[in-house]
Amino acid sequence: MATTVDVNGRPVNVNSPPETPLLWVLRDELGLTGTKYGCGVAQCGACTVLVDGNAMRSCQLPVSAIGAAKITTIEGLGGAHPLQEAWVKLDVPQCGYCQSGQIMSAVALLNATPKPDDAAISAAMDGNICRCGAYQRIRAAIKEAAAAPAQAAPAAPAATPATPSV
Amino acid sequence: MNKPLKTITAAASRREVLVVGATLAGSSLLVGCSLPEVLSAGSKVEPGAFGPFLKFAKDGTVTVVSKHIEFGQGNHAGLAAIAAEELDADWTTVKVEQAPANAKLYGNRLMGGTQGTGGSSAVSNSWMQLRTAGAAARAMFVSAAAAKWGVPAGEITVLNGVLSHASGKQAGFGELIDEAAKVAPPAEPKLKDPKTFTLIGQDRVRRKDSQAKSNGTAKYTQDVQLPDMLIAMVAHPPKFGATVKSFDATEAKKVPGVTDVFKIPSGVAVVANSTYAAKLGRDALKVEWDDAKAEKRGSAQILAEFKDYASGKKAAPEKVKWGGFDSKGPAAQAAAGANALEVAYDFPYLAHATMEPMNCVAMVGKGPPKLIFGSQTPTLDQMNTARVALALPGSVEIETLFAGGSFGRRSNFQSDYVVECVQIAKKVGKGRPVKLVWTREDDQRAGYFRPLTHHAVRVTTDKDGFPATWRHRIVTQSILKGAPPGAPGGKGVDFTAVEGVMGSPYLKATPVVDAQLLTPDVGVPVLWWRSVGATHTAYVMEHTIDQLAKRAAKDPVEYRRALYTKAGANRHLAVLNLAAEKAGWSTPAPAGWTRGVAVHESFGSVVAQVAEVKVENGVPKVGRVVTAIDCGTAISPNQIAAQMEGGTCYGLSAALFGNVTLTGGVVDQANFDTYRVLRNSEAPTVETYIVPSTNKPSGVGEPGTPVIGPAVANALLAITGQPTLSQPFVKA
Ligand code: FES
Ligand code: FES
Repeated sequence: MATTVDVNGRPVNVNSPPETPLLWVLRDELGLTGTKYGCGVAQCGACTVLVDGNAMRSCQLPVSAIGAAKITTIEGLGGAHPLQEAWVKLDVPQCGYCQSGQIMSAVALLNATPKPDDAAISAAMDGNICRCGAYQRIRAAIKEAAAAPAQAAPAAPAATPATPSV
Repeated sequence: MNKPLKTITAAASRREVLVVGATLAGSSLLVGCSLPEVLSAGSKVEPGAFGPFLKFAKDGTVTVVSKHIEFGQGNHAGLAAIAAEELDADWTTVKVEQAPANAKLYGNRLMGGTQGTGGSSAVSNSWMQLRTAGAAARAMFVSAAAAKWGVPAGEITVLNGVLSHASGKQAGFGELIDEAAKVAPPAEPKLKDPKTFTLIGQDRVRRKDSQAKSNGTAKYTQDVQLPDMLIAMVAHPPKFGATVKSFDATEAKKVPGVTDVFKIPSGVAVVANSTYAAKLGRDALKVEWDDAKAEKRGSAQILAEFKDYASGKKAAPEKVKWGGFDSKGPAAQAAAGANALEVAYDFPYLAHATMEPMNCVAMVGKGPPKLIFGSQTPTLDQMNTARVALALPGSVEIETLFAGGSFGRRSNFQSDYVVECVQIAKKVGKGRPVKLVWTREDDQRAGYFRPLTHHAVRVTTDKDGFPATWRHRIVTQSILKGAPPGAPGGKGVDFTAVEGVMGSPYLKATPVVDAQLLTPDVGVPVLWWRSVGATHTAYVMEHTIDQLAKRAAKDPVEYRRALYTKAGANRHLAVLNLAAEKAGWSTPAPAGWTRGVAVHESFGSVVAQVAEVKVENGVPKVGRVVTAIDCGTAISPNQIAAQMEGGTCYGLSAALFGNVTLTGGVVDQANFDTYRVLRNSEAPTVETYIVPSTNKPSGVGEPGTPVIGPAVANALLAITGQPTLSQPFVKA
């Protein structure tokens, strides 16, 4: 039974069974493998995507629950998002496996709070585990991106998120 | 992986690496190996390849081939910089490529020629190899330009990949490939004087993969998608050593997408055409296990037995003997001296908990077996695959991808998850690709843990409060026990269990030492875990030293200085002094914070840390951590700092929270909700200072891990007056 989901600004047909977690639809069916599996139980954040601008754990989100919501994955950020640029500038990634999820959580944070303080960063980022321990640079890169010029941190309201198409 | 396979081969002659025939094949040239060697090893000679390690393209880009896997350590940047320095290449266009499995070309000179990454040896074992390869290729380009331009080679300079002559003649590497390929490689290429390095040691030596790892394109095993590929999951027995008695696949086979269910040696495999179907299929599977040969003890019972062995309450088990190391003087004196500090320490099993759970892609049954995954030790993986697939080890092809962490997990003597994947691919047959996917729960419960370990220490002191006698007992499982016959380290005292106590400057400074190790058999598989023996030995030595300093009413930094001076441990002294100075040890800590210090040598590097700690709601909070490291020549200061930051988090995570327990032989933790790990707001701010050195580079990936635990414990000792004698500090 095919449904249509809006992923990175494009409607795509999905044939996976409706209860399939969005994570596996993205990875196995749509070939968007930037979104990672880390725990499957909403504990690690590796699978984080934006759903209408909000950070969600795609491993716990049945594809049938998405409806008309707009999904943005790491691929949908386009590569030149201020957070991605800060990530590269500060050499944040180590093994890199957690970093798609880290960046998507950070995008949601800056969308909601363009100039986050440490407490806001902790609240937004504590759900994203990094076993390599790149935490210090993740924090620094978020601050770096938040300090970038205005257009750098799109402060779109949650209902109309910045979802550049690929 | 540590030194286990070390013996070798510093002697691997220059010739082997270097030169040898300049062999022309098309427009390519080999520096570093003879053509027959390369061909016999099964490698293709690609146009533009100058030996196993360097490739030049017409557009001027230089590609450095890394024989080491990149799973976070940043070694790809370091290795490329070493070659680029000698080449005078344009660093901004240098690329890194992962080498295929080929021990002949890509063996680790610190692992007996086994191709593998471990023991924080990637840079150190490649140092002369890549310098030589870079210098040889540079000389060949210079000769080619000299001949072409009709000028003396000595008048040609190379800068950022461009050769030039005062006459105004200029050419990039890319324009001279054909001519350079015809030049005979120099027998003894001249290496740079390290004083003239322009790249090594600079901040601009940065990772080459940050972009790919920030836009989702970096490829991991989990991401492999091939035509016709099947996904496999395996139901493993809950207890180590149990086997399948019977299984009922009726429900599993009803799951749409499940294509097959069958028994393999390690459990029951469910094969499907999608990950989610494989997972549902496995959930629906009913398996009855045969526990006859399983390990049924719980971790508390195992620890109790270890304690009884250490205290002498219980004799060593049959066929297992205590083994001595670093001992000197009359043992009876160490056992009997009065007024001793007697302390014992307990360390739990730890899971590596890599962010990417173990996985592998295998194709078996059509041509040579092929594997695609994050292979940490390709030579072992080839051998273990060959045994199952009935092929020659050298014929097993391995394409190594990025791995989402390893910390030692992806290198083991049994290649556990690799063999499991090969078993399934063999059954599927016809060369059809099979991706084995472990869930977090599979990974967490599969064992190969840092061994549960107990130390008992008894120290008497002289009139100045310094150690006079030191009695040390360690009871743990042997990691090297699983080593194939003939591998070094398999006999005698397993040094991976004692390194860090063995060789400690504190023992050097102590007149009487009686140190012994016992490694009883337990049916829980164990493995190296980032920094290996140092995960517990650094803690025991460093925390014991602070307790001794406290008894002697001496400052912990002063106390260490005296012992290092006595032991001639100059590098320890240097990092200690640097860390103490940068941390402001002689001035009061910021209000509310208390400092703790620790120092440890591992993998050829010495690290000192001063941690600022406070206790919040009963949980230690670590703020600023000042780190000083002596790692020989620093290739990439930025990535050394990254490894100190990450290594500190990894070690702190274990000290605070890391705990794998077993009840009745079954692992209690399944996922991150029960196996707690460090999170962002719990991470300290790590400052890194590097001791200037012209020694050859030593380890960086692991030495940052074992020091933070004791530094925090020592701060807690200063806060509460009490030692912390077991990990984790925070009980669930
Ligand atoms: S995979 Fe979804 S939170 Fe871990
Ligand atoms: S970079 Fe490896 S888990 Fe975060």
